[in-house]
Amino acid sequence: MADTMAADAGTRRLTVRIKRYDPEQGGEPRWQEFQVDAHPMDRVLDVLLSIKWNQDEALGLRRSCAHGVCGSDAMRINGKNGLACKLLVNTLQGDVLTVEPILGLPVIKDLIVDMKPFFDHYKSVMPYLVNDDPPPTTERLQSPEERARFDETTKCILCACCTTACPPFWGNEKYVGPAAIVNAHRFIFDSRDQAAAERLEILNDGEGVWRCRTVFNCTSACPRDIHVTKAIQEVKHAMLTGSTSLND
Amino acid sequence: MARHLKPAGGFELFAWFFMRISGLVLVFLALGHLFITHILNNVENINYEFVADRWAAPRTGFIWRLWDLAMINLAVLHGGNGLRQILDEYVIRRSRRVLTHTLIWSGAAILMVLGTYAIVMFEKDQAYINQKHALEKGQVVSAGRGQEPSQALQPLAATRP
Repeated sequence: MADTMAADAGTRRLTVRIKRYDPEQGGEPRWQEFQVDAHPMDRVLDVLLSIKWNQDEALGLRRSCAHGVCGSDAMRINGKNGLACKLLVNTLQGDVLTVEPILGLPVIKDLIVDMKPFFDHYKSVMPYLVNDDPPPTTERLQSPEERARFDETTKCILCACCTTACPPFWGNEKYVGPAAIVNAHRFIFDSRDQAAAERLEILNDGEGVWRCRTVFNCTSACPRDIHVTKAIQEVKHAMLTGSTSLND
Repeated sequence: MARHLKPAGGFELFAWFFMRISGLVLVFLALGHLFITHILNNVENINYEFVADRWAAPRTGFIWRLWDLAMINLAVLHGGNGLRQILDEYVIRRSRRVLTHTLIWSGAAILMVLGTYAIVMFEKDQAYINQKHALEKGQVVSAGRGQEPSQALQPLAATRP
């Protein structure tokens, strides 16, 4: 879209600065600039794909659904983490668009990072329902109130925007990170789950929730508007009181 | 339905809870201290006599000592633990963490022992206060006569390096 609508009114010439890294050449990452005529309705992803299709096909980036659901195209855009497919370029200030890979994870190529450390932390908190009771003939029931208790943390799409916006995670890759805690929260506060105590024990480790010092970068980075810092504090509260109710 | 679990416990949980509580207490102690020393009084009035009178007062003295004792110890522990948290983000290797933690807690221990000793063992030196009053009087009188700086102040000035 970025190229085909170049003649339309409202298009604007963007200088796109992209942090490039080529594993075959090695060395330090370098900045490269591209000129793109962007339509007001273009998203950052459209601009990047326009560069890839028309200017430099070697540009490496991930995207799958391109509609803010799969969480593949998390990147650092003008210094803030976000999904390239959810950000319209006309909401950005100035005519320079800076795009970098998300921080704290090893870069494989250009904007593509190795997500393995991120998913290892995710797996470490047992992100699945644990219930040893015999399965009922219908669903395991819960009230609307019980469902609402963890509704917000079910929205996570594991894009890693929060974890890679977190300064304690930048410095310390062993820190389990906000995304893993959000996904632990989703089951700790689920009335049907029986492994809350185990998850709390995992997160009580020195590299668990206590590395969070409420910077709030995760909350502002989340493209799903999850109150990540609040969820982390609720997990800490459950550890302190030994209860999953917030009224205790 | 809320489930009841065993509270987690452990040093990190305790340290986190301590930071919440000490931070809250310090807001009152430190702002109260600033209010008393800079709004109710000012730097012109605050001297040895001011502090000594407060700490040695018959009924309220121990309250002021408790205030200052709590303020220095909570501030050092709160600051030391905050420093540990932040340095742990940059110092990852175990041996180096042992070093930074040792430095932080030794420094904190020295400050707390010195502060606590000074506050608990303090005894008011009335003779010193009387001498200071006498000197100040001498200064006012001599200034009134329009002479050179008071002779009486000279011994004090002479002791300065």
